[in-house]
Amino acid sequence: MEQINALSPQEIAEIEAEASHYEQKQAASIEALKIIQKHRGWVSDESLKAAADLLDMSPAQLDGVATFYTLIFRRPVGKHVIMLCDSVSCWVMGCEGIREQLQKSLGVGYGETTADGEFTLLPVTCQGACDCAPVMLVDGELERHLDEDKVKQVIAHYGEGAGKTDG
Amino acid sequence: MDRPLTQNIGPGKSPPNMAEYEANGGYRAARMALLEKRPDELLELLKESNLRGRGGAGFPTAMKWSFVPMGKEAGVNGAGDKEFGPKYLVVNADEMEPGTFKDRLLMEGDPHQLIEGIILSAYIIQAETAYIFIRGEYTLSAALLTEAIRECHQAGLLGENILHSRFNLQIHVHTSAGRYICGEETALLNSLEGKRATPRAKPPFPQVSGLWGRPTVVNNVETICNIPHIIKHGADWYKGLSACEDAGTKIFGVSGRVKNPGAWELPMGTSAREILEDYAGGMCEGYQLKGFLPGGGSTNFLIEQHLDLHMDFNTIGQAGSRMGTGTMIILDDKTCPVGMVRNLEHFFAQESCGWCTPCRDGLPWVEQILVNIEAGKGRLEDLEVLNDAVYALGPGHTFCAHAPGAMGPLESALRYFEDDFKAHIHGKCCPWA
Repeated sequence: MEQINALSPQEIAEIEAEASHYEQKQAASIEALKIIQKHRGWVSDESLKAAADLLDMSPAQLDGVATFYTLIFRRPVGKHVIMLCDSVSCWVMGCEGIREQLQKSLGVGYGETTADGEFTLLPVTCQGACDCAPVMLVDGELERHLDEDKVKQVIAHYGEGAGKTDG
Repeated sequence: MDRPLTQNIGPGKSPPNMAEYEANGGYRAARMALLEKRPDELLELLKESNLRGRGGAGFPTAMKWSFVPMGKEAGVNGAGDKEFGPKYLVVNADEMEPGTFKDRLLMEGDPHQLIEGIILSAYIIQAETAYIFIRGEYTLSAALLTEAIRECHQAGLLGENILHSRFNLQIHVHTSAGRYICGEETALLNSLEGKRATPRAKPPFPQVSGLWGRPTVVNNVETICNIPHIIKHGADWYKGLSACEDAGTKIFGVSGRVKNPGAWELPMGTSAREILEDYAGGMCEGYQLKGFLPGGGSTNFLIEQHLDLHMDFNTIGQAGSRMGTGTMIILDDKTCPVGMVRNLEHFFAQESCGWCTPCRDGLPWVEQILVNIEAGKGRLEDLEVLNDAVYALGPGHTFCAHAPGAMGPLESALRYFEDDFKAHIHGKCCPWA
């Protein structure tokens, strides 16, 4: 069976490169978690323990960090992560309607992943793109000026892309 | 009109690379200052310029920096300052104030301007390491800054013995992972040390004991971007850019139901009306102004009668609000003010770090009361509880400024939109639903 739990040499090298920027290794903890997430999609208990060892932290200490920051996922997520901005400018410009549309068309609520594992839906705070509200992030890419048609297009686009790689 | 901060930024313009930035006069301030000026001379110039921090609080930048301990030989003839061990400059690029989108513009539009500002600022306080603490979602900004840093190393503007001045500087881009509280400067330092972003007690102030207990200055992106221009053109020129007693230009923005939402560099002290009507194009057809947050989600509502006020720190402060980040959020007449405040308090409740009780427990309570009122289940006594919360979660009653910031929009909404709160309670429903 494929060894998926220990950190890969690539991950270790990337974490150590970040750690070299600071007086103390622990300062790279958030970046370490992000590096793991970049490679694996989320941070498992095993990855977290391995990263804690590498940074001379206890697993509990690193988990305290991991669970504080919203962009670190301690549970598996779908192939695509949709993060809808729910802060004030997007709210004024109608993000509640976009949320209803997303929840209805994907069949999931916030914090849930579609049954086929394609999409996870999450709320996110102000993205600093308030002149283009409402906005959402899909896999880190900003989608601006959302309306019903734009949301349909975006979901179709990412859904199709996933279908092709599966095929 | 001089627009130094956005001279290289505009629709259709891509961010200048090193050569393009230099062709437009970039790095001339850094080249001149590192070879010809002492740090104390530059700090004096900065003091004369009257630059105030652009992160929201408006603290005088030169005064903040003057608390950094400087060794006897600090920067004399380019020699570094080893007397106090390492010192740090941290750029707060964790732009998360709801409704704020100005630092993104500066970093995506002209990354070298920020890097030049960092070189000069670090030289003035004699810090040999600088961190750009940037929010995780700003991936394009982080990539552009990383590339600009690489170009500077190639050109000898970063690294060891910059331009043979004997000044050394490394800049690292630190990408964060969410949480509004990271924008609070001491919480930011804990986060940068790899910890949970809880604020620290002050004093000691970061300038004396900051990152790993070392002297540290934390400043906002826009503040740092002003430094090269002040050093290049002088304090009088800088003060002349402004339309009021606060110096310089400011990136102002407008979001909400306006015809042309956006951000523009304008003289500090431009009136809110001019920003709204001339730049944002006025309200969308069929919508009227009901109120506005002048500078982000933690600033107090103002209303139509305040539109002719100058957007500067003192004027907006005297009107009972704060200029904050200078990016206005418009409340229109077709949007429920109770709903808008509920949205804001949801944000603040969620983003509380949980360190002190009034904030951790008070904000969710406030949010729940607002949810009830909006749903038509409110009671008149709830308004008293909300007013009590404005006091109990206000300045002096919490560990940091998070909860007091959250009380700004609530306190002002209870004053200006009292009738709307009562209409929900008496009518047992939301009049806007």
